Amino acid sequence: MSEHVSSPKFYFLIFAALMVLTAATVWVATLDLGAANDIVAMAIAVTKATLVVLFFMHVRYSTRLTALTVLASLFWLALLLLVTLSDYWTRGLVGIPGK
Amino acid sequence: VASVPADRPSHHAAHHPALQHHFDNLEQQKESATFGMWLFLVTEVLFFGGLFLAYLVYRTRYSTAFVAGSHHLDVKLGVINTGVLIGSSLTMAMGVWAAQVNRRKATVVFLLLTIVLGGVFLGIKGVEYSHKFHDHLVPGPHFTTDQSVFPGVNLRHVEIFYSLYFIMTGLHATHMVVGIGILAVLAFFAGRGKYSSAYYNPVECTGLYWHFVDIVWIFLFPLLYLLGAHAR
Repeated sequence: MSEHVSSPKFYFLIFAALMVLTAATVWVATLDLGAANDIVAMAIAVTKATLVVLFFMHVRYSTRLTALTVLASLFWLALLLLVTLSDYWTRGLVGIPGK
Repeated sequence: VASVPADRPSHHAAHHPALQHHFDNLEQQKESATFGMWLFLVTEVLFFGGLFLAYLVYRTRYSTAFVAGSHHLDVKLGVINTGVLIGSSLTMAMGVWAAQVNRRKATVVFLLLTIVLGGVFLGIKGVEYSHKFHDHLVPGPHFTTDQSVFPGVNLRHVEIFYSLYFIMTGLHATHMVVGIGILAVLAFFAGRGKYSSAYYNPVECTGLYWHFVDIVWIFLFPLLYLLGAHAR
């Protein structure tokens, strides 16, 4: 089988990057950036998750079917979050007569 | 007597013992296993996704109470646990690597290391939980009524934060307990030489599961622990 095998050195590199990003998210949280705190924290978390999915979970070297399945999970998650939050987060934006 | 052409060896001669009869070859078998595992993980994404959704809805509605509640979580233990879990993902990845390159002993060692790190994570989580029980921060009839602990916020809203904290971290911890059980079985079979570069699907699929659980924590940690950090 023509399997892609990552080197231990590469795995340690990914591990180091994840640890640095963890330190970064803890440090950034101590600054008062207002609403940007959440955005930065989530951006770092998404970056870490992407590293794990691509390299620890081998999606970078996997078949297109696997990549499509991963994207499908994000698509359904986005539907779940966006459709529901577009309701909850917009309540009160528009005045409703009689309410 | 019908002879088998030399370039087409008989079906049985070419059989790897791990190849199941309904697959053409090991490669197809591995692709099927990986695909199936990922389909399961899609359902897991939506399983945890519902809880993240509940968190986002209540977080925006009761944001001051959530910041106050988050303030009482132990960031230091949270950071240590994040490091421990990322470390366990490294040892898991190394376990898969060891199987890929036919290193039987290394496979067992890395799987056992992953179990140990998972156990450390759960131990620290247990210490945190016991602190919360002691401080009456567990949702229910004994939830704190001491307004001085959370000045100026509605305690019922803080209780919602702690409900989400316990459900989300509890479900995450449950996944780890299951993962540790699977890893123990894997380590046993790895020791008996069941896995090799030709066949290591169970190690690979368990790795996918373990890394997924790591990813859940990567999101839980900032959302639960770091909200109140700049108010310290």
